[in-house]
Amino acid sequence: MSPETIARWQFGITTVYHYFFVPVTIALSLLVAVMQTMWYRSGDEKFLRLTKFFGKLFLINFAMGVVTGIVQEFQFGMNWSEYSRFVGDIFGAPLALEALLAFFLESTFLGLWIFGWDKLPRKLHLMAIWLVAIGTMLSAVFILAANSFMQNPVGATYNPLTDRAEMTDFLALLTNPVFLATFPHTLAAAYMTASGFVLAVSGWHLARLNKANRTAQEDADVDAYRWAAKLGAWILLVSGAAVILSGDFQGKVMYQVQPMKMAAAEALYETAGGDGEMAPFSLLTIGTLDGSRPLFELHVPGVLGLLAKGDPYAQIPGIRDLEAQYTAELASAEFNLPVDGGENALQAAYADKLRTVGITEFVPNIPVSYWSFRIMMTLGFIAMAIGAYALFVLRKGRLPKPSAFWNVLMFTAVLAPLFGNSFGWIFTEMGRQPWIVAGVLPTASAVSPGVSAGEVFLTMVLYTVIYGALAVVEIGLMNKYVRLGLPAEVPPVEIKGEDDVLSFAY
Amino acid sequence: MLLPLAAEASNLQVVWYILIAVLWIGYLILEGFDYGVGMLIPFLGKTEKERRVIVNTVGPLWDGNEVWLLTAGGATFAAFPGWYATLFSGLYLPLFLILVGLIIRGVSFEYRAKNPDARWRNTFDWMAATGSFIVSLVFGVGFANFIIGMPVALAEGSNHLHVFTGGFWSLFSPFALLGGVVLVVLFLFHGANFLALKTKGVVHDRAKAFSAKVGLAAIVGGAIYLVWANIAYGWGAIGWVLTVLAAAGLIGSWLAIRAGRDGWAFVATTVTILLVAVWIFGRMWPNLGFDNSAAAMPLDRVTAASTDLTLTIMTGAAVVFVPIVLAYQAWTVWIFRKRISTHNMPDDVAVAA
Repeated sequence: MSPETIARWQFGITTVYHYFFVPVTIALSLLVAVMQTMWYRSGDEKFLRLTKFFGKLFLINFAMGVVTGIVQEFQFGMNWSEYSRFVGDIFGAPLALEALLAFFLESTFLGLWIFGWDKLPRKLHLMAIWLVAIGTMLSAVFILAANSFMQNPVGATYNPLTDRAEMTDFLALLTNPVFLATFPHTLAAAYMTASGFVLAVSGWHLARLNKANRTAQEDADVDAYRWAAKLGAWILLVSGAAVILSGDFQGKVMYQVQPMKMAAAEALYETAGGDGEMAPFSLLTIGTLDGSRPLFELHVPGVLGLLAKGDPYAQIPGIRDLEAQYTAELASAEFNLPVDGGENALQAAYADKLRTVGITEFVPNIPVSYWSFRIMMTLGFIAMAIGAYALFVLRKGRLPKPSAFWNVLMFTAVLAPLFGNSFGWIFTEMGRQPWIVAGVLPTASAVSPGVSAGEVFLTMVLYTVIYGALAVVEIGLMNKYVRLGLPAEVPPVEIKGEDDVLSFAY
Repeated sequence: MLLPLAAEASNLQVVWYILIAVLWIGYLILEGFDYGVGMLIPFLGKTEKERRVIVNTVGPLWDGNEVWLLTAGGATFAAFPGWYATLFSGLYLPLFLILVGLIIRGVSFEYRAKNPDARWRNTFDWMAATGSFIVSLVFGVGFANFIIGMPVALAEGSNHLHVFTGGFWSLFSPFALLGGVVLVVLFLFHGANFLALKTKGVVHDRAKAFSAKVGLAAIVGGAIYLVWANIAYGWGAIGWVLTVLAAAGLIGSWLAIRAGRDGWAFVATTVTILLVAVWIFGRMWPNLGFDNSAAAMPLDRVTAASTDLTLTIMTGAAVVFVPIVLAYQAWTVWIFRKRISTHNMPDDVAVAA
């Protein structure tokens, strides 16, 4: 395998793994903040117990996000040094701002929140968890702005003297149409994941507690879990709707700026629609193993045009035509990915250099693009269906019956949105190939020339081993603390003196 | 309009070099005591409660402290992409070791209390110590190599990307190895001082006694290292002045801890780390710690830098947010200012979030 292939595998492994912890961190921090706010306002101990319970699960998850996140920042320079040099003038800024504005905020105030129960006045302590939640969302703003630049490199031009992309307009990074679509989409997907988690944990306990002769304590638990399960189910549905709406918007933007990615997502080999014809939406396309042509296709007419351009009769460019168009453009005219007369300044300015770099293959891996796109959507719909069903089960004070079916549903409520996030990112990143910066820098020219394939392979194996061991520890702790359930009683929250025993200690 | 690269650094480049140095200094001072404390958990904590006292001195702070490193990395990426690209790819395996060290240390701090099993906790305590040791050692070796100057050349087929040409084993020169050992000892000293300052009772007494011993090692090792650095890689009279002041800091800290002045001892190691870091970053200017003698085009503060537009935007953000960060981190330290002892540790670990 080439260093490029191994470096891509390493990025894929470490990033997909890191992103198991990110969505829950982003959204659960806010849900915990909401629970604590409810306690602050009402004084109802139910909310304090929920805050402590889900707060602990949040912390177990957060620690993994932190330690795997450092790898993310370092590996751009370690494995992708030419990429880092080439785009650092633009890409580096959001990363630095993320550390300065978001990481400091969330980590400092999380320390205050964990250890500050008996040191801070209630209002300040509540503010700490809100600032953590705000920090995680700010972090999403910057990292998605950076990623959106890779998808649609706006606000930059090419400087032949320094042989790199240089920033022309910082605000363009934050008004990048890809960013405007990706941010709500990713954030809403994070809320699906965390709310699915809250629903699953609470729903599992509710079924367990659905029995005759409950103690008074268990009645109180049921009351708290019911509240949390319904909150989870409602947020799952609302954020699911937001994912669909923002995803629709994102799809339309993507058809403009990366038509090839969307053609690959549909396995649409030949251009379809236009001239009074409707472009079909693929329900199932099975291609040859190398993804070069379709063998079997099952379609719904008109839907693709609606999804891509809001018009069932719209013409949707196919893989073959796009390939021919890019080859011709690169040979003669200015090279550009966007369709419908859109132009990208960096792509246009870099075209001359790109010709000397040389790139002949413009098609991403079609089976991966096609299936990851579909699996992402399917998992999202499954999660929403579980949310709706859970609300039905919980209607008018009812409780779920303990059954294997219910437990499977609850597990799925966590795993479906979680893996939906993973497949969404796999689709986004794999569908952009062979580019690391769409239409500008080929992934193959971005790797570190001074790093050997053996070094990348060695570290990839070691990351996998370490991450695997961490996963065992993390899942073990999650399992333990989920099963333990709500704390039976919570100690009074009060400011402690110097010689008192601390309320919380590691 | 495209202008040829200047030979002299612009003001913005100077500002960002200084700012990156400041971020590194913040990291070395703050995480320096975290690493020292981390390494000392299994050695100064004889009982479970004593170990918990040690962990809890840094528990609320370590994560925020680590962000100084992330910000230094991010700022280098944004302000000097050429520096970031060549440094991070050139130090591939050492950085991997640092990442492993940071991962196992961070997990250990957060997970040790989550299970009352003695073996579980002992494992995580040793992981925290090992992780802290690896990171200190590798950074010590790394900074020594920046002092020496890492040889770079243009990558094959590129007119702008530099690669490190020294090879992995060249990083382990005697001077670099000494640098690794000295940084470990310095952080142990700094961490023991912090521990003495933050604790009462038996942990305090042990930390103080250990500091008085390791302080001597730090003075001797630090003196050899800095004299060697000045003679072989010196940068003039200011370098010698900084060295003398750093040595005075170490000796002052040792005298203070023996006299029972924990606070002054900690301040003195803090100042020492600051002075040594200033020495190193002074030496790294203007070639950013690279040896360009074999490079067709130098890799330095001009060729590695971002455009003035990027630097201007970043400067705006830094001017607003660095003081804010400093303010709330200082406030956090103030909130957790009280000394703790085994009396403060709860008996069970029914840990509430």
